[in-house]
Amino acid sequence: MKSTLLFDFTVDKTAKAVFVDREFDADLSLVWDAFTKQEILDQWWAPKPWTSKTKFMNFKVGGRRFYAMVSPEGQEFWSIQEFTSISPTTNFKILSSFADKDENINTELPTSDWDLNFSEQNGTTKVSISIKHKALADLEKMIEMGFREGFTMTLNYLEDLLTTLSQRS
Amino acid sequence: MIALQAMTPNAIAENFNTTRQSVSKHLRILTECKLVKQEQQGREIFYSLEIEKMKEIDKWLNQFRKIWEARFDQLDKVLSTIKKQKR
Repeated sequence: MKSTLLFDFTVDKTAKAVFVDREFDADLSLVWDAFTKQEILDQWWAPKPWTSKTKFMNFKVGGRRFYAMVSPEGQEFWSIQEFTSISPTTNFKILSSFADKDENINTELPTSDWDLNFSEQNGTTKVSISIKHKALADLEKMIEMGFREGFTMTLNYLEDLLTTLSQRS
Repeated sequence: MIALQAMTPNAIAENFNTTRQSVSKHLRILTECKLVKQEQQGREIFYSLEIEKMKEIDKWLNQFRKIWEARFDQLDKVLSTIKKQKR
């Protein structure tokens, strides 16, 4: 494996967006498959000890991936990713929402727009992801929902911030 | 700027292509979030950055970064396994 694979993570608060860039030592078609085929996705999507469980994935425009992040204790947190645009094998876009186990979107929780770009150079594939939120506070909620048990975080301050923000609006 | 010294909204606005009103609005939100603190000196209010709070945000963002790092490290392994299988 190459030791100099790029990893870049930036947060643009003005754009309410997170940008993640990463290179992989694999060709474009393989990396594309890893992001777009549920049997591969489930092998890496959830950081251990969490697991990813995709109930179904219909990879076409207007189709959905309905999946859960499963905690080590077996608790399931369901999400829906709707594919809003697909240009094989260079780009696809997702509208990401939280859901219940019966595939109903939770409209009280934040949604985010994902834009994933894929490009290959000399056998190395670069993936650039942008995740745009409607509000900065949504970022915090996203982490809280997906990884509540898996990561020990000091979120006290951000809880205060959320309270402050919600009181204002 | 306000990490280096406490400043008034007017002084801050002079450094940007913006109005004092706009700067004050941003500062009000940052104050509510406890990221900046106010200090009244005579008729003027000076604002300065709460460095510790900023560090907390950094720490929090770092957790988010780690999620992606862990996720992608796993993907590296999956990709290398698939490549071996193909050979």
